[in-house]
Amino acid sequence: MTEQTFIACHECDLLQHLKSPPPGGSARCPRCGAVLHRSKRDSLNRTLALSLAGLILFAVANAFPFLAFEMQGQVTQTRLFTGVSDLYQQGMWGLAALVLLTTIIVPAVQLTLMLYILVPLKFGRAPQHLAGVLRLLHNLTPWGMMEVFMLGILVSVVKLAGMATIVPGLALWAFGLLIFVLAAAAAALDPHLIWEKVRYAS
Amino acid sequence: MKPWPPSAARQSLISCLSCELLSKAPANLDDHLRMRCPRCGATLHARKPNSLARTWALVIAAFIFYIPANVLPIMTVTSLGKTQSDTIMSGVAYLLLHGMWPLALLIFFASVVVPLLKLVILVYLLISVQLRSRWRPRDRTRLYRITEAVGRWSMVDIYVVTILVALVHLGNLATIRAEVGAVFFGAVVVITIFAALTFDPRLIWDRLEQPHE
Ligand SMILES: [Zn+2]
Ligand SMILES: [Zn+2]
Repeated sequence: MTEQTFIACHECDLLQHLKSPPPGGSARCPRCGAVLHRSKRDSLNRTLALSLAGLILFAVANAFPFLAFEMQGQVTQTRLFTGVSDLYQQGMWGLAALVLLTTIIVPAVQLTLMLYILVPLKFGRAPQHLAGVLRLLHNLTPWGMMEVFMLGILVSVVKLAGMATIVPGLALWAFGLLIFVLAAAAAALDPHLIWEKVRYAS
Repeated sequence: MKPWPPSAARQSLISCLSCELLSKAPANLDDHLRMRCPRCGATLHARKPNSLARTWALVIAAFIFYIPANVLPIMTVTSLGKTQSDTIMSGVAYLLLHGMWPLALLIFFASVVVPLLKLVILVYLLISVQLRSRWRPRDRTRLYRITEAVGRWSMVDIYVVTILVALVHLGNLATIRAEVGAVFFGAVVVITIFAALTFDPRLIWDRLEQPHE
């Protein structure tokens, strides 16, 4: 496994030593500037803690009222899932699927997969099908769009502000927090370290 | 130009895009041969297969869908018996008329400018690679990185429609329906994300390593 001290840049294919980044910084490709490796202190424990927190927030974000809309005495309560089911009922199943995937399913799968990898590693065992799971996690990254959804909420609230009152629910706060927690967990996850650990565990 | 050492591919090494392990390419490397990463099992390719043709196909598809996405209404508001359909641009105009210009700017940028800019940049990168350009590879890689990072924000209008549909449910008083323009728009966002994933930025650099003609 000595060849692993070398890596090729994923954006320009320059062959180079895998340098450990300065604390809190990142190692960049000298030729094209791509980020090759970020410093991750205590990656395993941090990612594990963040994923667990994320799971709780995810449950709250889905179970509790998300937004309430109040206009001339009429109140509409919504949950995170309401938009998806309404789109589906209007016959827009493609849109419903897209929204469901990018705001609910992808984050849920990401959290589950991270825990699936990290819990066994914490106890010194290698999780089964690690390779496939890490690959799936890597491929899912572009499709989780919670932060864009949050921006969509802000835009909607401002748009409706003139004609109605919008009351944020508990789930909205959980959702907002979940964005940061999931981003932090994804940033703390260190595939290099996981491959190292697995090499020792097996 | 600084003399960089030859790329991994030139030294018969293939980098796994999934776990970054370097593998030795077989001597007679051809693309029909399926090689798997010994560590993670991902299929190995020196370069993403058929990157240029696939990216072109996706970019053209996205351009085609971009037209109905902007021309057709994305939602209809029914309020007290009156119905009004909104396209992306009429939504922006509405916000401007009501003095919400920061929001108008945001939506205009995310829904109109970003998808178009992303497609234009991808077309430029595709052409520059095909013309074997040696011009500022570092900046072109940076452009690629921007298209990769920024595309997701175009989804904001889809989410606004979703949230409005969920919230405004007041029977005769007011209801909102999603319309087919939103479907096309969602398709544009998804296709451009795939297009950025299919393009292989290493092709920009490969052209520099070939000897001057
Ligand atoms: Zn590079
Ligand atoms: Zn691999």
